Amino acid sequence: MNMDNKEYLAAERAQTWREELRKSKSNKERTQTARVRMNELAPDYRITNKEEVNQGLNREQALTEASRCLDCPDPLCITGCPVQINIPKFVKNIERGEILEAARTLKETSALPAVCGRVCPQEKQCESKCFYTQKLKKEAVAIGYLERFAADYERESGQISIPEIKNRNHIKIAVVGSGPAGLAFAGDMIKYGYDVTVFEALHEIGGVLKYGIPEFRLPNAIVDVEINSLQKMGVEFITDCIIGKTLSYDDLHEMGYQGIFVASGAGLPRFMGIPGENLIGIMSSNEYLTRVNLMDAANPESDTPVIQGKRVAIIGGGNTAMDSVRTARRLGAERAIIVYRRSEEEMPARLEEIKHAKEEGVEFLTLHNPIEYIGDEKGKVKQMRLQKMELGAPDASGRRSPVAIPGATETIEVDEVVVSVGVSPNPLIPNAIKGLQVSKWGTIVVNQETMQSDLADLYAGGDIVRGGATVILAMGDGRRAAASMHRALTEKI
Amino acid sequence: MNKILEKEYFSEKVVKLVVEAPLIARSRKAGHFVIIRVGEKGERIPLTIAAADKDKGTITLVVQAVGKSTAKLCALNEGDCITDVVGPLGQATHIENVGTVLCCGGGVGVAPLLPIVEAFKKAGNRVITVLAARTKELIILEEQMRAHSDEVIIMTDDGSYGRKGLVTQGIEEVINREKVDLCVTIGPAIMMKFVSLLTRKYEIPTVASLNTIMVDGTGMCGACRITVGGKTKFVCVDGPEFDAHQVDFDEMLMRLSSYKDME
Repeated sequence: MNMDNKEYLAAERAQTWREELRKSKSNKERTQTARVRMNELAPDYRITNKEEVNQGLNREQALTEASRCLDCPDPLCITGCPVQINIPKFVKNIERGEILEAARTLKETSALPAVCGRVCPQEKQCESKCFYTQKLKKEAVAIGYLERFAADYERESGQISIPEIKNRNHIKIAVVGSGPAGLAFAGDMIKYGYDVTVFEALHEIGGVLKYGIPEFRLPNAIVDVEINSLQKMGVEFITDCIIGKTLSYDDLHEMGYQGIFVASGAGLPRFMGIPGENLIGIMSSNEYLTRVNLMDAANPESDTPVIQGKRVAIIGGGNTAMDSVRTARRLGAERAIIVYRRSEEEMPARLEEIKHAKEEGVEFLTLHNPIEYIGDEKGKVKQMRLQKMELGAPDASGRRSPVAIPGATETIEVDEVVVSVGVSPNPLIPNAIKGLQVSKWGTIVVNQETMQSDLADLYAGGDIVRGGATVILAMGDGRRAAASMHRALTEKI
Repeated sequence: MNKILEKEYFSEKVVKLVVEAPLIARSRKAGHFVIIRVGEKGERIPLTIAAADKDKGTITLVVQAVGKSTAKLCALNEGDCITDVVGPLGQATHIENVGTVLCCGGGVGVAPLLPIVEAFKKAGNRVITVLAARTKELIILEEQMRAHSDEVIIMTDDGSYGRKGLVTQGIEEVINREKVDLCVTIGPAIMMKFVSLLTRKYEIPTVASLNTIMVDGTGMCGACRITVGGKTKFVCVDGPEFDAHQVDFDEMLMRLSSYKDME
C-alpha cells in the first residue's frame, strides 16, 4: 500500500463521526460479541429448488456485527482485499446505520459488491487478516456478510448510486469478455471518462457469473442489477461477438479502439484421459453448469437438455466441483458424490461450500481417483473404477500428494459423471492475434503490475492470464489494467 | 437478432435461409460454422455456413428439420429474426492445389460442401463431386455444384435420380477410373464413416467435416469432443475438419445419441 493511500485512510479514520463511533462502545464489549451466523434455507427444502441458500443478514444483525469491528488504526483487512476496499469505512457506516453510504464506499473500489459479498473467499482474504483472526484468535468480523448486506440494502432500497462520470474523453476502449475481469475493467474505465464497449461471445452478459456459478449461490438477477448499473454509466455491451473470429484485432483498430483489454476467461475443460471418458453421461463441469445455468436446461420449457442422473459422481474438490455436485442434488440425484484424490483437508473449495454440500447430503469419497469408466450396450456410463489413494510427501503446491495404494480398487455404480479437474485458458484470442506472447500453458503473458502484454495497446487479466482463479482476483486484474491503461493513455495525450 | 431475408424450400424438410449477418459474412471462410439460437428458451446449435455474400452482408444456411431446434429454425419465415447467430467458428478448410479432389456430400451436408468445392476449384484443382441422398427430392444444390465441378455424379438410394446406389459406389467408381489426391466428405456421420473406410482401403487422404453436439461452440464445454488418432479433440476449436482415417466414428455416432431419449 502506498503512502497516499495510508494518509487517505488515516484522514478518513480521523473524521469526527468515526472517532465518536469508536468511543461509543468499549473494545471489550465489541470483542465479547459473537460473530453473526448467516441465515440459511434449510437443507431439505433448498435441495428441492434453486433459491439462494444464504439469505443475508437483517439490519439488526448487520449493525451488531459491524459493531464488532475495532476500526483498527492499521487496518490489515484491506491488505487482504484484491481490490483494496476501504473496509473499516464501509463497516463503520453500517454500524452508524448509514447503509447507503456504506454501499457507496464499496463502489469506490469494487464494481460488483453484491457479487463479491457472495462469492469471494473472504476467509482466505480480508477476514484472514482481521485483528480477531490474527491477534485475538477469534472468529473474524464477517466482512463478506456485511459487504453483501450493504450492496443488497442499496439495491432493494431502489436508490442505487450511479457513480459520477467525469468529462468524457471520447477515446474508445474495447473489452473482450463480460465476466468479472471485464466488468471491473469497464466500470473503472467508464468512470475515467472513456467510451467503453464490451464484446461478449455468448448471448448473455456476465461470463462465469452467469454460465458458471449456480443460481443458488449467486442469483442471475443480482448480476443483472450490476450490469444495468454499468449500462446506465454508459458502458455498451455487444453480445454474440467473438473477438478473434467475428472481429479481428485489426478490425478493432480500424474501428478506432485505442486500448483493448482481453478477459476472455477459462476455456478448454481438462479431462483425465482415462478409458471410457467419452461415454454418454460423462461431461465437463463447464458443460454441466452451462447447460443448467446459462441454458436453464432443468426447466421443462427450455429446449436444451441435460442428463439428470440418479447416481452422480463429480470428480474434483474445487468450488466448481461443489457447485456441480450441489446442482446434481437439486436435479434429483439420490446419490451425489464428490470423488477427490486427496483428503478433505487439501480441498481447494471454500469451507462454506463444503459445509453446504454436506448438509445437502452430498457424499465425500476422498482419497479416491477414477481410473476407468464402464458403459452399457448403448454407450451410457454405468460404473466407474476407482483407485484408492493415500497421502505421500508434499508436492510443489505444498499439498501432500496422493499416491495409489497398489491393488486397492473399487467399482461403484454411476449414471452420470461430471469431470471438474480444471480448465486450460481459452485459445481463441492467443491463436488469433499474431505477436502476442503466450506461456506454455496458453495464458497471455503480461506485466504483473500493469497487466500490459507485449503488444502496447493490449492488456489482459482474469483466467486468460492466471489460468484459473477467483472472481475477485479477476476483478483485481481488471482494476489494475484500467489504472495502468489510463495512465498510459493520459501520458500519450 | 439476425433477420431472415430469404427462405427457400429445397424439400419438405430442408430449407435454405439467407440471413443478415454482415460481420460474419465478411470474415467467414469455407469450412466455418455458426452457432444459432431460436427464442429465449432456445438451444444453441451449430450449423456450417453454406455461402456468404460480403456486399449484401448475408450468410446462407441450409437446415434440415431433424429435431426440435432445427424444426423451430425451419419454421421461421422471411422477415423473422433468429435470436442469436454467432461466428464464424472453427478452423477454415485448408485449401491448396493438390491435383484431383473428390468431394462427397450427403443430405444437407451438400450445402456446407459447396463453398469447399468452389474453393478447391478456384485453387486450380480438378474437382469431382458426388452428391448422395435417399431420393430425388433430397438432392440439393445440383446446379451450383455443376458450376464449380468438373464432373458431378448423383447417387440415390432408390434410383429415382442419377444412379441407384450408395455414395461409396459412386466414389469407388471414380477411384478405379483415375488418380484421386484428396477426398472431402460432409454428411451424416454414418455416411462419412463408410466413405472413410473406403478411401482408407485405397490410401487416399480424406478430410471429414464433423457436426457434433455443442453448447457454446468456443471451446468451453467439451460437449463436442471426439477421439482422433487416440487423442481427445474438440470439434468446435480443433475442427470441424479432421483426418477422416483417424476419427473414431463409432464413438462419435454413440455420442451423437446422448440426448436421443430426451427429445
